[in-house]
Amino acid sequence: MELGARWPRRPGATLTEARRATNLPDGPDDLDALPRVPAPRPWRWVAGAVGLVLAAQFGHGLVTNPAWEWGTFFDYLLSETVVSAVWVTVQLVLVSGVLGFALGSLIGAMRLSRSRMLRGVAGTYVWALRSVPLMVQLLFWFNLAYLYRRIGLGIPFGPVLVSVDTLHLIGTMAAAVIGLTLHQSAYAAEIIRGGVASVDPGQMAAAEALGIPRLRQWRRILLPQAMRAILPNAVNEIVSLLKSTSLVSVMAIGELFYRVQILYGRNGRVVPLLMVATVWYLALTTVLTLVQHRVERRFAWVGSDGDGRAAA
Amino acid sequence: MKDETPALDVRGVHKAFGGTEVLRGVDLRLRRGESAAVIGPSGAGKSTLLRAINHLEAPDRGHVLVDGELMGYRRHRRVLVALRDRELLRQRTRIGFVFQNFNLFPHLTVTENIIEAPVGALGVPPARARERAARLLARVGLADRGGAYPRQLSGGQQQRVAIARALALEPVLLLFDEPTSALDPELVNEVLTVIKDLAREGTTMVVATHELGFAREIADTVIFLDSGVVVEAGPPEQLLDAPRHARTQAFLAKVL
Repeated sequence: MELGARWPRRPGATLTEARRATNLPDGPDDLDALPRVPAPRPWRWVAGAVGLVLAAQFGHGLVTNPAWEWGTFFDYLLSETVVSAVWVTVQLVLVSGVLGFALGSLIGAMRLSRSRMLRGVAGTYVWALRSVPLMVQLLFWFNLAYLYRRIGLGIPFGPVLVSVDTLHLIGTMAAAVIGLTLHQSAYAAEIIRGGVASVDPGQMAAAEALGIPRLRQWRRILLPQAMRAILPNAVNEIVSLLKSTSLVSVMAIGELFYRVQILYGRNGRVVPLLMVATVWYLALTTVLTLVQHRVERRFAWVGSDGDGRAAA
Repeated sequence: MKDETPALDVRGVHKAFGGTEVLRGVDLRLRRGESAAVIGPSGAGKSTLLRAINHLEAPDRGHVLVDGELMGYRRHRRVLVALRDRELLRQRTRIGFVFQNFNLFPHLTVTENIIEAPVGALGVPPARARERAARLLARVGLADRGGAYPRQLSGGQQQRVAIARALALEPVLLLFDEPTSALDPELVNEVLTVIKDLAREGTTMVVATHELGFAREIADTVIFLDSGVVVEAGPPEQLLDAPRHARTQAFLAKVL
C-alpha cells in the first residue's frame, strides 16, 4: 500500500482499493487450496446462441417452407441428365486446371528468368489475360471463326503451308477449354512466381554453389519448398475455376449450370433446380478441400511449421 | 617434383553493385594445401571476394583460376566466351562453399543434404554417396544424425553438416564465409575444431573470419581486406603481431 499512499485520495479511488483487496491472498498457504476456474466470457455464449438460433431458423425454413420443393430437388439431384452434366463440369475443371497450371508453370518460370525479353513476354501475357473478364474471353474464343476464317501453319509473315477452317478446328467445347485454360494459366503463373519468391534466396545460392544442375535445382530444392506457399492458393484457384465453369453456359455447353437452366426453363421450378446445382458445387468443392489437406500434409516436412504440423 | 600450378589464383578482381565498388582489384594466390584467412571490417568485401571466386558473383574485371582452370570463361582464339550454365555449375562442383547461415535444405534429411550434389551433379550412385556421407558425418562428429532434419539440430551441428556437404564433392578448394558468425558463442568451438582439422590435413581453403586467434592457428597467409583492396598480406605472426600498414594496425587495435 505504500506506493498507493503517495497519491492524493480521490472519490473514485475507493473502488480500485476494493478490487485490490479482493485480489489479495489471505495467506500463502490458502492459494494452493483454491480451485481454478476459467475466466467468465458471457459474450461468447451470447454470440454462440444468436448464431445457433439463426441457423435453426434457416434449417426450419428449409424443411417447412414448401417453396423449396424438396420432392422436385430429389427427383433431379441424381437424375441421369444432371449427373452427366456434372461430369462435363468435372471434365472442364480437370482439363483446363491441368493445362492451365502446366502453362502457368512455364509462364511463371519465364517471369523469373534472367532474360529481360522472356520476363517481358510473360509479364505482358499475365497483364493481358488478367485484365480481360473471363466471360469476354470465352465469347472471343467462341467467335474466333468470325475473326479468322482459317488457321494456318507457315512462316510468320510468309507463305502458309497448311491451313484448316477455324470452325472445324475449334468446336464449342475446345473454345471453352482454351478460354478457361488461358485464364487459369495467368493466375497460376502469379501463384507459382509468388511461391518461388517466398523461398529463402540462400537455398538457391547453396544449390548454385554445389553445382546442382538447373532443372534439378527446381525439382529438388525450389519447388518442394515453394509448394507450401503455392498449394493453398492453387486450390483456391481450382475452386474458383470450378465455379467459373458455370460461365461457359453462355456457349450452350451442357455443363451443370446450363443443364439446370434448361430444366427450369422447361418446367418453371427454378428454386429446387438451383438447389440441385448448389449441392453439386458444394460436393465438388468438398472433394477439392479433402485433396488439399492430403497434399498439404505430403509437403509438410519435419519442423516446417514451427513444431507441430508434420508430427500431427 | 613440385607442381607449380597454384590451387587458387585470383588476379585483379573487381566487382561493383550499382555504383558501389565492393572489390577494387584483389589478388590472391594459394599453393595446394595452403590455407588463407581473410580478415577485415564488415563491408570490406570479404563475402563478395569468396562469392566472386566461385562465380556466385561474376567479377566485372579480373580473373579467377582454380587449379589452373579459368572460372566462368572459355578461351576461343582472341575472346573469352562466358560459360553456359551447365559448364559453370560443373566448375563449381570443384569448389566447396560453406555459408554463414548454413543454408542447409530444410526439407531434406542430413544425409539427403550431403548426397544431393554428388548424386545430382556428379552422378555418383546413391548407395556409394550414402556410404561416403556416413564417413563424412563421423568425421564432423555427427555419426548418428544422418536421419535428422536440419531444424532438429543446433546451429553448430548444422554448420558441421554444411561442411560435410561441401566435402562430399571432394573439392580442390574450400571456401568458408564467416562460418561461425551466426552461431551462439558456446557453439563456435565445435565448428572451428572441424575446420582446424581440415587445415591440418592439408585442405586448400580460404576462410573469411572475425576470429583472429583461429586465423593465427590455421592460416599460412592472413589477408587484411579493407574497402575492397588487400591492404596487407603475410604470415600470421607478421600480419597480426607486427602489421606494417596503419590501417591494419588500427583494425587490429579495435578488434583485440
